[in-house]
Amino acid sequence: MAVVRPFDKLPALNSATVLLVGSDESLQQKLAEAILKEKKSFKISIHLATSLPLPSERDHLRPRIDLIAFMIDIKSKYSLKNVEASLAHVDASFFLGKVCFLVTGVGRVNYCSVQTNAVWKLGEVYCSPVLYCELELEGIRVATAQRLLRMLQICSGQIPGISALSFGSLIRNSADE
Amino acid sequence: MSRRRGEASTPRKRNKKGQEKASTRRFRPRQTWPPGAVPRRRGGSREGDSNGAWRAAAPRSGSVMESEAAARTLPSAGRLSGAARRSRGPLFGRAHGRFGQGSAGGPLPPCSQENADPQKTAFLLRKQWTLYSVTPLYRFSSANLKEYARLLGAFIAAEKQKGLAVEVGVDLDIKVTFSSLPDLRGSDQDQAAMLVQLSSRSSVSPKNSEEKLMWSGWFCCVSGDDLSENVPEDFTCLPLFLANGAESYVAIVGSWFQKTFDCRFCRLAISPLNLTWMAAMWTGCKVEKNASATELVFSVPCLPQPLDISYAIHPEDAKALWDTVQKTPGEITQEEVDLFMDCLYSHFHRHFKIHLSATKLVKVSTAIASAHCDGIIKFLQSKYLIGVLMLLTELAISQIQ
Repeated sequence: MAVVRPFDKLPALNSATVLLVGSDESLQQKLAEAILKEKKSFKISIHLATSLPLPSERDHLRPRIDLIAFMIDIKSKYSLKNVEASLAHVDASFFLGKVCFLVTGVGRVNYCSVQTNAVWKLGEVYCSPVLYCELELEGIRVATAQRLLRMLQICSGQIPGISALSFGSLIRNSADE
Repeated sequence: MSRRRGEASTPRKRNKKGQEKASTRRFRPRQTWPPGAVPRRRGGSREGDSNGAWRAAAPRSGSVMESEAAARTLPSAGRLSGAARRSRGPLFGRAHGRFGQGSAGGPLPPCSQENADPQKTAFLLRKQWTLYSVTPLYRFSSANLKEYARLLGAFIAAEKQKGLAVEVGVDLDIKVTFSSLPDLRGSDQDQAAMLVQLSSRSSVSPKNSEEKLMWSGWFCCVSGDDLSENVPEDFTCLPLFLANGAESYVAIVGSWFQKTFDCRFCRLAISPLNLTWMAAMWTGCKVEKNASATELVFSVPCLPQPLDISYAIHPEDAKALWDTVQKTPGEITQEEVDLFMDCLYSHFHRHFKIHLSATKLVKVSTAIASAHCDGIIKFLQSKYLIGVLMLLTELAISQIQ
């Protein structure tokens, strides 16, 4: 199946998988390394992709994906288009809290080629949180990695009492206020 | 390159109104005007009165489309000339709100202004102006211009005495003149533009040598109602400052103004998003036959050697493309600008397999004006001077607020 589905595979014990989709590979790499450096109590596997759909030949080897983070670079309109094209290959039930948008490059607004309005609308349409960060700075990268890790823990069901959907709506409600 | 010849420069199927005609080399919009007929579009300005109509005429000159021949890739060993400038100032919120309204219309393309006297403003054209945004000036009065000139002259002389000499060698007497340019304003509510000129005369033989203009800078405000309505009394709004000449003089003059009128100068950078707006708007303006090509310069990031790509489009073809994209005359939306740029990018991608949307747009030059993302502008036509100033004033105001 070309579409990524949230529940078509069995979960593995005490582990979680995050998929980073974005056109800038070096930045993905750096973020993945930052996530791996964090202290965590479960096994984590990070998959990097430049676009969806994922190649189907290795589909049976891939674990269940708990969180998809789409990375948009505000300096490149191409990355926004890439993400928009990839969103078509994600199953609708993923958007119940298991998808988030990472917008990077917001530190230098003089370079922006993407309208922030467009990104915000994307988050609204797909009911997913939009996290603004500047991944080229070390400190913010570490902070973003921590946030993603926390979200991943919730999305993979390792925190009792909170589901991905309730957490997603919590973020969106607090962002609206 | 032989590959480019024979291929029609037509946009992809994304463009709703364009037709693909691979056999001919010209781009034809679907609403082909009958030859000679000129549809009139009335343009209203934001103030409510109509400053004039501009025409959308189909190109019938029979010139070969230059976009294939002119689209060239320039690998350059260095960055763009004059690019070593610091970029300042976030350009959020307001600029996007104004320039990029989703459904509501954005600002208009520059209309021809019959009031501006081309003779008086001719000296502003074809010079490179560096842009700054200025916060409102406190207790500035346009009646005291001579006094200000005297004070500024004294200040510059004092700076030179202090040893902050700007030019080593010949000792120059610097004369300062302040003058007013009453034509450069959008409406009567705007403050009249003010020009500061520094001219030098060699102090060795003051009688014989001529005065040479060394540096000029001017403040202006065109349709700056949003700012001027909200400031208290005693404040004068002249949010845009343009300077031409040595940067050291900008620092000196700027510090004098900052001390005297408690304002603040800030370098105004233009983001690529705003540059695309300018490209779209200026392409839509009618220009005479031998207009220069519309040129977009992109800088490719993340390469070991910096690469600049220059994409030149024949102005009539660019205008024809824009005319099919723009639906409502007098209104421009963000979607139309995006569509226009997407057509250009996809055309380039088809020929060169390079995604220009992943690069950074650094410079836009059309027949009307040319703008660089570091905040450098060059006016090329006095007819559209006021319109371009209106855009720049908006950018300056959004940076101040």
